[in-house]
Amino acid sequence: MSMPYYVSPEQVMADRADYARKGIARGRSLVALVTDEGILLCAENHSSTLHKINEIYDRIAFGGVGKFNEFDQLRVAGVRHADLKGYEFSRADVEARSLANQYAQLLGQVFTHEMKPMEVELLVAEVGPRPETDQLFHILYDGTMMDETNWCVLGGDAHTVAERLEALWHANLDSLGGLGVAVAALSPTEAPLGAPDLEVACLGRNGRRRAFERWSDDRVSEALASITLPAVEPESSTSDDGGESEGSGSDRTN
Amino acid sequence: MHLAVPHGTTVVALRFGGGVLMAGDRRATSGNLISHRRIEKVFAADAYSVVGIAGTAGPAMEMVELFRLQLEHYEKVEGAPLSLDGKANQLGRMVRNHLPAAMQGLAVVPLFAGYDLVAGHGRLFQYDVTGGRYEEQEFTATGSGSMHASTVLGLGWTSSLGTDQAIDLALRALLTAADADSATGGPDVLRGIYPVVVTVDAHGATRSDDTDLRERVQRLRDNYVVQYGEPAGEDER
Repeated sequence: MSMPYYVSPEQVMADRADYARKGIARGRSLVALVTDEGILLCAENHSSTLHKINEIYDRIAFGGVGKFNEFDQLRVAGVRHADLKGYEFSRADVEARSLANQYAQLLGQVFTHEMKPMEVELLVAEVGPRPETDQLFHILYDGTMMDETNWCVLGGDAHTVAERLEALWHANLDSLGGLGVAVAALSPTEAPLGAPDLEVACLGRNGRRRAFERWSDDRVSEALASITLPAVEPESSTSDDGGESEGSGSDRTN
Repeated sequence: MHLAVPHGTTVVALRFGGGVLMAGDRRATSGNLISHRRIEKVFAADAYSVVGIAGTAGPAMEMVELFRLQLEHYEKVEGAPLSLDGKANQLGRMVRNHLPAAMQGLAVVPLFAGYDLVAGHGRLFQYDVTGGRYEEQEFTATGSGSMHASTVLGLGWTSSLGTDQAIDLALRALLTAADADSATGGPDVLRGIYPVVVTVDAHGATRSDDTDLRERVQRLRDNYVVQYGEPAGEDER
């Protein structure tokens, strides 16, 4: 008589979480930050065709890190959901909160019921009329949803990047200032990232119907040439001092 | 049977040096009644194309709404916009799918125009109720006033029109259509209602604002006075 193996549910969950976290940690980071001119999204991305930052709807953008095919599938589902909802009711009824909730439900469902969790972390951002009204929803591989303020980091080296952002972000940034903060936070200490390594987009607070605007490489290099990156404090290098960053939702699990 | 539902009337479109232009009057009629004075029949479909509709207003608006959504949806999902031919084909399919309703008297006949970024010039398409798609080289018009409007366009069109001249020509065509066709509305100076004019060139689609259109209409009137003299009864002021 064969005995089925017993694996405790705690173990199953821990294994899945480990698996997902490892997958995500391999990827590069993505940051979003609130500026006076809108929400600036910036990711380290060496591909100019496979995007991590995308438009979902008029005032809503999507950021994904981890396994490309998985978060891209979620992005397309989000676009479809938003377009259908806007068509059925009104464009004003399409909100980031509801979309983020749908993503959280889906990721939670997959995490508990499927063999393999999705190795992704998502951001759903919605620009509002004023910086205080901007929304950043951060969703983890297991469906945990966090409502972040001012800034948000996703991906591999999130802890280090979060520490830097905590130190660098301040209110009343403009787009250029925001880009400087984002690039300084994302860059390794040795050398700052250049335009070909970056993917930049902005949800503009300019009253245009489609607020999402992708920055071309030329625009990014021009912008980077016109600013000096804020200095990153040297002590913020390792991630095991459990750095407390109060400003934002850094009650992350990894 | 003829349903007494609002119908949109005259839309004109023409190519000019830098691109393409579409303009439509603002009247909707139900039978012999004017049902709306401010209806809009010309819409920017996306950043580089424009769609205009004549026919039953309800289904026509719905078609435009869905068409714009499809263009935007495609652009977002694929990360790049459809080609101009792709957009024109898509609209043709929508018109064909509408054929059963058209057979019952609810016809929708759109015009489509846009700037072809690959070819580097403006292009113009008209449709029939079965979804047939016909590319035009110079100008075209649709709706009840289209015959009169086309005549004016045909007389005034040259291959070297500039943007300003193209807008003026379109306004003159709509004015003539409104003169002869009761279902087409002329510029309404009293209420400040002017045609919708959208030009599309290499920089994208732009809608003319009412201040600009008011000045152009004023100039049309001045030219009228030069040609025909002051309207009778006004010279004794």
